[in-house]
Amino acid sequence: MSDTQQIEDRGGPAQPLLIVKGLVKHFPIGSVFTGKQVVRAVDGLDFTIDKRETLGIVGESGCGKSTASRLIMSLIAPTEGEIVFDGDLVGAAGGISLAEYRRQVQMVFQDSYSSLNPRLTIEESIAYGPKVHGTPHREAGERARDLLQAVGLAPRQYARRFPHELSGGQRQRVNIARALALRPRLIILDEPVSALDKSVEAQVLNLLLDLKEQFGLTYLFISHDLNVVEHVADRVLVMYLGKIAELGPVDDIFGRAGHPYTRALLASRPSMDPTRRRTQPPLVGDPPNPINPPSGCRFRTRCALAREICAEREPGLYEIGAGHQAACHATQADSGYGDSRRLAA
Amino acid sequence: MTTTYSSGIAEDAAPPKVAENDDTYWRAVGRRLMRDKVTLFCGAILMLMAALILFAPLVAPYGPTDGSIVRRLKPIGTPGHLLGTDELGRDMLSRLLHGGRYSWFVGITPVAIAFLVGGSIGIIAGFAGGKINMAIMRVTDVFYAFPSVLLAVAVSGSLGAGIANAIMSLTIVFIPPIIRVAESVTTGVRNLDYAEAARATGAGARSIVVVHILPNVLGPIFVYATSLVGVSMIVASGLSFLGLGIKPPDPEWGLMLNTLRSAIYSQPMIATLPGICIFMTSVCFNFVSDGLRTAMDVRA
Ligand SMILES: Nc1ncnc2c1ncn2[C@@H]1O[C@H](COP(=O)(O)OP(=O)(O)O)[C@@H](O)[C@H]1O
Ligand code: SF4
Ligand SMILES: [Mg+2]
Repeated sequence: MSDTQQIEDRGGPAQPLLIVKGLVKHFPIGSVFTGKQVVRAVDGLDFTIDKRETLGIVGESGCGKSTASRLIMSLIAPTEGEIVFDGDLVGAAGGISLAEYRRQVQMVFQDSYSSLNPRLTIEESIAYGPKVHGTPHREAGERARDLLQAVGLAPRQYARRFPHELSGGQRQRVNIARALALRPRLIILDEPVSALDKSVEAQVLNLLLDLKEQFGLTYLFISHDLNVVEHVADRVLVMYLGKIAELGPVDDIFGRAGHPYTRALLASRPSMDPTRRRTQPPLVGDPPNPINPPSGCRFRTRCALAREICAEREPGLYEIGAGHQAACHATQADSGYGDSRRLAA
Repeated sequence: MTTTYSSGIAEDAAPPKVAENDDTYWRAVGRRLMRDKVTLFCGAILMLMAALILFAPLVAPYGPTDGSIVRRLKPIGTPGHLLGTDELGRDMLSRLLHGGRYSWFVGITPVAIAFLVGGSIGIIAGFAGGKINMAIMRVTDVFYAFPSVLLAVAVSGSLGAGIANAIMSLTIVFIPPIIRVAESVTTGVRNLDYAEAARATGAGARSIVVVHILPNVLGPIFVYATSLVGVSMIVASGLSFLGLGIKPPDPEWGLMLNTLRSAIYSQPMIATLPGICIFMTSVCFNFVSDGLRTAMDVRA
């Protein structure tokens, strides 16, 4: 099959584009002194992404967002878990091959400079993927220039430039064009605007939203900035220490957050709106070490509502609204939380 | 597909800083080098030396071993002997010119071989990662544990004197450090996002190495290798000085330094001339290597 064709929708609109099941990544680390240990970077993720939606993933630095994106991109092998793309199991007999999957899923990284080979021109960088997949050089070059146009960089001016000659925002546009070059259906954006100035950030976000419409894309949008996620996401997944804390539609997460962690994150963000009252204590301290996460609920060491039950039993992901789930005992009447005593700090 | 949309024209799309439209990486490096006076000066000295040494038989007024005991240890400026004569009455200028051929050859050859061998091994280790990397790097560490001069003397001593053995021992000395540098540079590049992005397109290892790894690691490894030429010349001279390298009457700078030892009080200027040559060459190589490294760091 020529890679110039847009891949058709196989499973139909109701079939989620991506299903992530029980995704786990433990990095073994070990020294002579400490013995064998593992970093529980991603520790059991289950979620789906519908066609043409944007799923935002938020969480503090080190909670496993990048690891999750690299797992989904299959740049690293999972310790456990599987990925289903448009109804087909990835990399399994009878499913979708890794090569085919990689054509349909592309990624944009945070650091616009290190994502581009300094020795290649902008056009060469964008055309590289199509060439790898057998597109003739001329055609790949043409597509690269079309894409430069689509991301707002005049091809005549930029195609033959080298990355160091461009600004951060321009380079990130090039990275977006590069990700589009294989006509993917899903694009993973790992903090794509976090390294950019605020004014440039808004332009790139709007570009991403436009491109999504034009090309019928689905986004997995990772950020530690809640304002950015609120702006672009349809649904939001809140991650804490490798696990899902809360998952739901963007309005529910920002308006009716059920998890104390989400509420603390919301309370901590710098607000443009002085009338927004702080009903929650903002987040304090740093997350615990993912080598040795707390027993029970992982958030209990920083949670103002923590009780004994929280240290004893790990909360499940409870349904607290339509398509809205939170992993917290306090949200459940029958979890035993009501009868439990406050956790001594 | 022909995309005619141009959504969200970049407001930060200031025209790129560089005016020419065909600016390649190496042209940018060249332009930076042209602005670096120290590197240019040292490079010019090295070129001049290389030319003089290369054409030594034409340039030198005498043969390297022609001499007469009656004319021994004439001072610098003696008519017919611009740089005087040595302890056996041989013309110093002629001997230095011919000696440079040996010194440069013994200095550069081991580094060149080590660059090819060590560079390849290091790049393989860095790209392969995992167990292969571990195995290669542990073996390298064993060699690395010895001080380089000691290792060179030990290997040379056990192989015996002679130019081939000196080169062999120096090559063995320089392979481990080059492996280390090549491995760390390659590992660094392999983990950069553009290498990951290339993997994410589904490109094979061969394409990734050729397009993304080699062009970005060869420069830094080469620059490191040039910084070793100075050391190599000094150690090679040291071996000759100890009687382990080139044998008399061949004129090698280190060896000349050795045989002129006895004249250090009567003709100190003449006795130190070979040392000055060694020093100048190695310092110039280091400056040029430094300048290259700076010029190649385009991001700065
Ligand atoms: N290759 C690795 N080896 C060991 N630990 C790792 C590796 N990659 C990431 N980690 C650890 O996994 C955790 C999650 O990292 P990451 O996914 O980069 O978080 P985020 O992107 O949310 O900031 C961190 O504690 C990090 O130190
Ligand atoms: S389960 Fe307990 S500790 Fe965890 S978030 Fe809910 S109340 Fe806090
Ligand atoms: Mg990250």
